[in-house]
Amino acid sequence: MTTVTVRFSALPAHVRTARLVAAAVARRSGVDEGVLDEVRLAVGEACSRAVDLHQRHSPDVPVTLQLTDAGTSFRVEVVDAASPDAEPDASLVDLAETAESPDGLDGGALPSNVGIAVISGLVDDLAVERRGDGLALRMTWPLSGSAKGGVAPTSATAS
Amino acid sequence: MDLSLSNRPEGDKTVVEVGGEIDVYTAPRLREQLVDLVADGKYHLVVDMERVDFLDSTGLGVLVGGLKRVRAHDGSLRLVCTQERILKIFRITGLTKVFPIHDSVEDALAASD
Repeated sequence: MTTVTVRFSALPAHVRTARLVAAAVARRSGVDEGVLDEVRLAVGEACSRAVDLHQRHSPDVPVTLQLTDAGTSFRVEVVDAASPDAEPDASLVDLAETAESPDGLDGGALPSNVGIAVISGLVDDLAVERRGDGLALRMTWPLSGSAKGGVAPTSATAS
Repeated sequence: MDLSLSNRPEGDKTVVEVGGEIDVYTAPRLREQLVDLVADGKYHLVVDMERVDFLDSTGLGVLVGGLKRVRAHDGSLRLVCTQERILKIFRITGLTKVFPIHDSVEDALAASD
């Protein structure tokens, strides 16, 4: 089992970096090419959610992204340090009715759970776990074949 | 790839060409473009997303906001998109029922409102 950990300041610009790293590690771990877009989108949504929460509640605390090649699966954890008490609503959303109503989605601001609902629509295996003041969103994808190459344990920090 | 934006008039409609990644970092620029166009009286928009590499829920929010703005002036906002990976997020959120999505700019321009 090998893990790459990325810690980044809660800035929107770093979400793209997180996506790029996640896609690169996923590819190296042997995730099917056809699934890489899902990994990229799910990691982006999870990191955007974490960055938004940190900017509002803990702007100086970095967001943690952990990417693990577990041999038969590829696991991603996005850990924030600023989630409110209630667990986010991960049920699927249908924005059609809200978007059509004159008062709905005023100014285009989507409901706060849309990001996590998108993740749950993309990822079959999503788990949410409380970690201290925040939440860990854990997403797992199966690896169909053998890994293309090992990933040495390492970490990076962006600020 | 960063976000690229341009627009051009086509009859009574305006085509907005978008390329690159629409995410939490770049979506404000797209929002600004749509707001400026509506402020300039362009109420019938065709957003060409064929060169978009990535779209997240922040980008969806900006498009929904644009739709709201043009509809407030009895306008329209049509999308051009054939990429499955982009269409998927519209389907997950039910927004395929809200946005008219076309295979080509020509189809979008020919559609009546």
